[in-house]
Amino acid sequence: MNLAQEIRRETARLITRRWFFRDCGVGMAALATQSLLAREKRPSKSPGNPLAPRAPHFQGKAKRVIYLFQAGAPSHLELFDPKPELTKRDGQLPPADLLKDYRAAFIKPNSALLGPKYKFAPRGQCGMELSEILPFTSEVADELCLVRTMQTEAVNHAPAQIMMNTGSQIFGRPSFGSWTLYGLGSEGENLPGYVVLTSAKGTSGGASNYGCGFLPTLYSGIPLRPTGDPLLYLSNPRGFDLETQRASLDTLRELNQASLNVNGDPETAARIQNYEMAYQLQTSAPELLDLSKEPRHVLDLYGIQDPKQPGFARNCLLARRLAERGVRFVQLFHEAWDQHGNLTKAIKQNCVDTDRASAALIKDLKQKGLLDSTIVLWGGEFGRTPMVQGGNDGRDHHNRAFSIWMAGGGLKRGHVHGESDELGFNAVRDAVHVHDLHATLLHLLGFDHRKLSHRFQGLDMRLTGIAGEVVPGLLA
Amino acid sequence: MQNIMLRRRAGTDAPYLHHRQHRDAPLERRPCENPLTKAWSEHKKQSGNRRIERTAKMLDSFALVPCFHNEPRAGQHRRRCESPLQNHSDRRFRSRPGEGKGGRSRYQGPGIQIGGKENRHSVSEMKRLVMSVACRNLHDLALPFKLLTFARRSPQAATSKLPEPPIEPRQTGPQHPKFRAPSMRAFCMILAVLLMDRSSAFASTLAPDYSREIRPILADHCFACHGPDEKARKGGLRLDLRDDALHGGKSDGPAIVPGHPEKSALLQRILTTDTDDVMPPTGEKHPVKSQHTELLRRWIAAGAPYSKHWAFESPIKSPLPSRLKQNSSAAIDHFVQARLAKAGLRPSPAASPEQMARRLYLDLIGLPPSPAETARFVSEARKNLGTAVESLADRLLASEHFGEKWARQWLDAARYADSNGYEKDLMREQWAWRDWVIQAYNRDLPYPQFIVEQIAGDLLPGRTQDQLIATGFFRNGMINEEGAIVPEEFRMEGNFDRMDTLGKSVLGLTLQCAQCHSHKFDPISHEEYYGLFSFINNSYDAQSRVYNSEQQERIAKLQATLDDVDRRVRESRPHWAAELDAWGKQVLDTSDRYDWKVIEAEDLHSTSELNHPTTLPDGSILTLGHRTVSGDVYMIAQPAMENITGLRLEIFTHGDLPYDGPGRSFLGTWALSELIVEAKRPGSNQWTALRLAQATADFSEPDGSMEPEWSNKSLDKDGKRRRGPVAYLIDTNDLTGWRADRGRGRRHTESVAVVQFETPQTLPRGTKLKFSLRMNHGGDNNGDKNTMVGRFRLSTTTHPHPSAPPVDYAAILALRVPEARRTDKQRRTLFAAWRHSVPALKSFNEEAEAAWKPYPDPVTSILHLAERGPEDPRETRRLDRGQWNRPKETVRPQVPAVLHPIEPGNLPRRLAFAQWLVDQRSPLAARVAVNRVWQALFGRGLVETSEDFGLRGAEPSHPELLDWLAVDFMEKGWSHKQLIRGIVTSATYRQSSRVTPEQQEKDPGNQWLARGPRFRAEAEVIRDIALAASGLLSPCIGGPSIFPPVPQNVLDFNFFGMDYWIPAQGPERYRRSLYVFRKRSMPDPALSTFDAPNADTSCARRPRSNTPLAALASLNEPVFVEASQALALRILREGGATDARRADYAYQLCVGRAPRPSEKQALLELLDSRRKKISEGWLNANELATGDPSRRASLPEKTTPRDAAAWAVASRVLLNLDETLTKH
Repeated sequence: MNLAQEIRRETARLITRRWFFRDCGVGMAALATQSLLAREKRPSKSPGNPLAPRAPHFQGKAKRVIYLFQAGAPSHLELFDPKPELTKRDGQLPPADLLKDYRAAFIKPNSALLGPKYKFAPRGQCGMELSEILPFTSEVADELCLVRTMQTEAVNHAPAQIMMNTGSQIFGRPSFGSWTLYGLGSEGENLPGYVVLTSAKGTSGGASNYGCGFLPTLYSGIPLRPTGDPLLYLSNPRGFDLETQRASLDTLRELNQASLNVNGDPETAARIQNYEMAYQLQTSAPELLDLSKEPRHVLDLYGIQDPKQPGFARNCLLARRLAERGVRFVQLFHEAWDQHGNLTKAIKQNCVDTDRASAALIKDLKQKGLLDSTIVLWGGEFGRTPMVQGGNDGRDHHNRAFSIWMAGGGLKRGHVHGESDELGFNAVRDAVHVHDLHATLLHLLGFDHRKLSHRFQGLDMRLTGIAGEVVPGLLA
Repeated sequence: MQNIMLRRRAGTDAPYLHHRQHRDAPLERRPCENPLTKAWSEHKKQSGNRRIERTAKMLDSFALVPCFHNEPRAGQHRRRCESPLQNHSDRRFRSRPGEGKGGRSRYQGPGIQIGGKENRHSVSEMKRLVMSVACRNLHDLALPFKLLTFARRSPQAATSKLPEPPIEPRQTGPQHPKFRAPSMRAFCMILAVLLMDRSSAFASTLAPDYSREIRPILADHCFACHGPDEKARKGGLRLDLRDDALHGGKSDGPAIVPGHPEKSALLQRILTTDTDDVMPPTGEKHPVKSQHTELLRRWIAAGAPYSKHWAFESPIKSPLPSRLKQNSSAAIDHFVQARLAKAGLRPSPAASPEQMARRLYLDLIGLPPSPAETARFVSEARKNLGTAVESLADRLLASEHFGEKWARQWLDAARYADSNGYEKDLMREQWAWRDWVIQAYNRDLPYPQFIVEQIAGDLLPGRTQDQLIATGFFRNGMINEEGAIVPEEFRMEGNFDRMDTLGKSVLGLTLQCAQCHSHKFDPISHEEYYGLFSFINNSYDAQSRVYNSEQQERIAKLQATLDDVDRRVRESRPHWAAELDAWGKQVLDTSDRYDWKVIEAEDLHSTSELNHPTTLPDGSILTLGHRTVSGDVYMIAQPAMENITGLRLEIFTHGDLPYDGPGRSFLGTWALSELIVEAKRPGSNQWTALRLAQATADFSEPDGSMEPEWSNKSLDKDGKRRRGPVAYLIDTNDLTGWRADRGRGRRHTESVAVVQFETPQTLPRGTKLKFSLRMNHGGDNNGDKNTMVGRFRLSTTTHPHPSAPPVDYAAILALRVPEARRTDKQRRTLFAAWRHSVPALKSFNEEAEAAWKPYPDPVTSILHLAERGPEDPRETRRLDRGQWNRPKETVRPQVPAVLHPIEPGNLPRRLAFAQWLVDQRSPLAARVAVNRVWQALFGRGLVETSEDFGLRGAEPSHPELLDWLAVDFMEKGWSHKQLIRGIVTSATYRQSSRVTPEQQEKDPGNQWLARGPRFRAEAEVIRDIALAASGLLSPCIGGPSIFPPVPQNVLDFNFFGMDYWIPAQGPERYRRSLYVFRKRSMPDPALSTFDAPNADTSCARRPRSNTPLAALASLNEPVFVEASQALALRILREGGATDARRADYAYQLCVGRAPRPSEKQALLELLDSRRKKISEGWLNANELATGDPSRRASLPEKTTPRDAAAWAVASRVLLNLDETLTKH
């Protein structure tokens, strides 16, 4: 490189840096955003990045969400909802009046009752009863807000997962995470605002579980993949070193800047910014995923033997790291709970896979001082029938009462909400519908769920549709 | 005073009307002492107006405002359904009313909390302030109207002591009132009021335009409760119709008194401060803005004229000035310039010829021009720009790639995909429909024909295979095959989705709102929705084979041969008709002798519980939904069992089965491993098998092993399964099964088997019998490889020796149809069956059998709609709250009264409906179609909400232009090509797309078109640009979708394994993006970052995002990288000997122009620095050029690996230029 070139290159670099630090905040980026917002017909409330943090309707207790989605539908009867009566009536038929208008997915409703496969005991100071196969979760019982009366409409996996995540059984609506990002923006500067982590197998609901529906594409959940490139196409083509990438992007910026000078289009300015952002992602994502600096005791807390080994435990730790880096919404998908048969063994294995890390996340967040401002949510798309399926060791889909737990940001601690009947079939007190759950979670984030809306097809669409009530009983 | 509220009662489905009396705590009256209230009392005595009286009372009792906190909260009070797709009605499991709520203890969100000590303080303060300011201006307060106006804000102002509420994020539409200091606010208010009234003399005397100015206000604030939906209507008041508004509701008298705003309850309700009365209700939504109130006042003063919503009136061509050419490009320029002048903007100069060439290429065929093509255009344009554009447009419109570009937007609207969606998301073959769309655009199929063939092509007289393929349109929706679904539920979901698609793509209306209740804004009632629904509901979800033209000829020839055989048979046996008759009678007699009694199922299920069979009216059992490779379907029944000797198993075809069935396999065939009959006597808990013997059938395949496509490792490890003779049905061996596939061309036919009980069965009353059809002959993976029977029926007989006659069962069934009503197919079947029964006709029969042999295998298949016949009609019922399992009264087919009428005549219903959709009289069809074209070219439609032309849709930016083009479109034979030609030859389209600061400020979204279109190209075009520029693009048109390389970590995360996803190699890999396989649950990772929709629902308008993830995709996605490597070699090959000349060529390839010197310089520097790094050994040339350090690129002469490597780096930059990615 001769001197003239070197000077030019250095100047270019300086311009890049200056541009990045000076303009990314407001100048050029603001210009870009304006056009984006103008298209969306939204007034520009915060200059800069369209994902920049925004104030909610009111000060929420929680700032972010970590949703440990247990796809396939865990059995509440083996995990969270003790039913001694069901044990007593094992093998008997359910009362006929219970089954009127009842719809299970597979079984004939009039199938014999199946006693719970595991024992329950009171845990923590609060005395919350939890299953013996959740030893670690039991340790954090005093942090949990357990809901035993969740209800949903769907009885098939795909529609139910879509319902749980988007408030509708119909595909094509924005997910809870997208709404959250849409409302709050993200504090994570070099990471997506809504990150999806996966373990076990693919979910029934597929990519629509974290899709943005009719919201602008940038509110989609972005999967951080357990193998290969964590973000799609993060790696440069083979043979490209970092310096070549930087040199390429510098040239690209220079050429795009030349275009911008001619065309004056703010979209071009935004594109220049986004190529720089892409470069930032190339460095920030590997740093995020590098668990080598996590101390051994933290890895042990989560039960991580090999920090490179993908899985639920590693994802839980990543979730904490993402939360620390300002990511607004982290969603883990663990599709493994569909125990139509082989319940006793399989659900225990699921607990071995998830129990320790789930509890570790709570402890870790608490210790880092993040729990109070983070909602941690653990649960699936529906529950399981008290009636047997598949010989004597399985349960069918059940939507009238199931359990989830939450912890952190503004939720009651050591609290059991709602009560199901003695068979764990219907909710008898304080039912919480999916819409109510969404309304409550949005409330904790500082939103009136009726007002967080987006005009689509002439309608102000909301996560909760026309339903949903905040559940005061869940709030601390 | 009644306030009627809608409250959703938890635990029930129905909302109930809550007639709310006065607040729990009665209002305390205070003596009026101040001059203001005195003035009030005076006035009310005079006027006697109840409303004013209430308002006066309101003012009197300001101090009691804190009792607002007993008010129901926003939303709880009344809710507008904003999510028609929402399955929100089934709230059976909700908690009981009042649980955890009720009274003062009810939770109140901090956002809107009103009340408490602070508020009381602030309210009284507010009162004092209002009074003092008001009193100073008392002499101006002659009209009660002003008072009302100025006082109405006080409750909101009362909240001003609360912490400043943060800004509403993302609230669209009118904003919430700003929270400012009360003093300033009140003062401004008063000023405004004074000005308002004083200025009435010089205020515009023109009445505000109802359609443009008034209706949007009413729609935003009022129609949800006082609009077309009668169920949601409050207080009996309807405001969207003038007569109703003049009449008023139950409580107020006339809502509107034309000419008298002060007497109009509508206005008073908006202006009052009485929180009981104010509209929209306190806390609910946003209050009406003061400038809107003023508009309403002026409108009422001017007589409150209503007009029909513009989109429901027929479009009219406004005359163009006579000096202009009377064509569409002149019309475009005329209307656009008129609007520009109004906006104070001037049009931009023409785009450079280079820019123009690229714009036309990208817009018309979706590919960039080659350097030679650009050069040709530039030289033509130097002579005459206008004719150059016209001739290029003509060339491109005639290109066969035109259809590929324009099909895409219709594919979006039609939610085209290559998989079924939902959990299983199995692969489907629907590309024949996609190819039909490409060809329809290439043929410039007139729009009405385009639509009619897609909605009802199957019903057109003498319909062709192509027209049948077209009806795949409605079948592009998702299919749920999750285990154990109830098929009817998802059939209904599918129909709702079809209505939604119809609304977004053809009608431009948000139809789905009316799925659960009458539309809140548009005049579409709940009943009308199901009226529309009924046109498409009487159909099968059919599947048919698709043959290419050569095969179609072969089939026609075969048919001719068969006809010829039959003709010669008739000639050789002059009495054939009598013989056939006699034979038929004998066959029927034999069959009738058995006196078959159909067994009525009292319970149906499957042991695996994966299938939910259903009973049809004729007692047959139909299994749809999940398709299983093994297992059974069983029925439990209590038939009379006295001396029962045998069973008949009939296997039927059905329109919902693949190719009409009767099986559910990918061929439409079946295999039955076992028929098992068990009995459970009264009082017993034990099922005992009844022994069967003597199976006979009308047809069985010969014994054989299972073909490779049915191999199944877990069911049949060693390949032992056999299939064939009917005896296999009762041999108690799951490894053997009965099959009756008659081979290609004849497999979709009924079959029958008869089995005898080993001994006649007489069983006590109350004995339950369980009949199981076991199916153990499927292949791997649930889905296509199943061998389930789709539809069957069981009957009993007491005849001593029942058996199945060796006559094709289809012929026996045909015999039972009166001769006059037999179909062609039935006649042929019957004739053939008789022919086979006559030994003397052996040679003819052999000849016929030989003719069937070469029957072709189809190229592909198509999912489409087929109409149900008169024997099997489906009536449409209104679904209560849109719930599939709550059908109410039957609905007659009808179209919304607000649109043009339908005249069915004698046409099949769906065909009449299709024609109605695109009738010349339709106010919507042409506008929606024209707008879609405009949107594709300019980035936004003349109506921005291209899917919604209804009351809540966007107003057209250029209404006269939209109408002019719509009418012209119809006049010119609904030709897309002519429409597009008209637009692209207009000066408006040909403008430079450079954005000036003035334009950026005055019109950032370019809706007034002071410049040419400039926006990021759509996903497919971006990928195609890279492929075309690099020379990799394979220009083949049509055929099966191709599998692009997808990262393993994306493939791994699918619910169902995808062994079929083998990334295309060679030219197939570089097919146009239109052909990239669309798997719904796994949106293409590259295309979706550029906003390609995933086809879950109809998409009439894509968003256009600009994100870092998209940058990563075009930088690093394998096909983009391969394109950059290929581009490098192309540049070296074709671009000249020096980097400088190559840079020129490279720019030409990617952006269609030569680089500016500074651009060239930057590129050369990058090349130099890379060459240096390679020389120094920092970089591996082969690896950069090919992705593999040990593989050398196939270099053009006189070039080095270093050249290829340096240019690979540079090419990657060039393919990512903003200008490369942008249509401008």
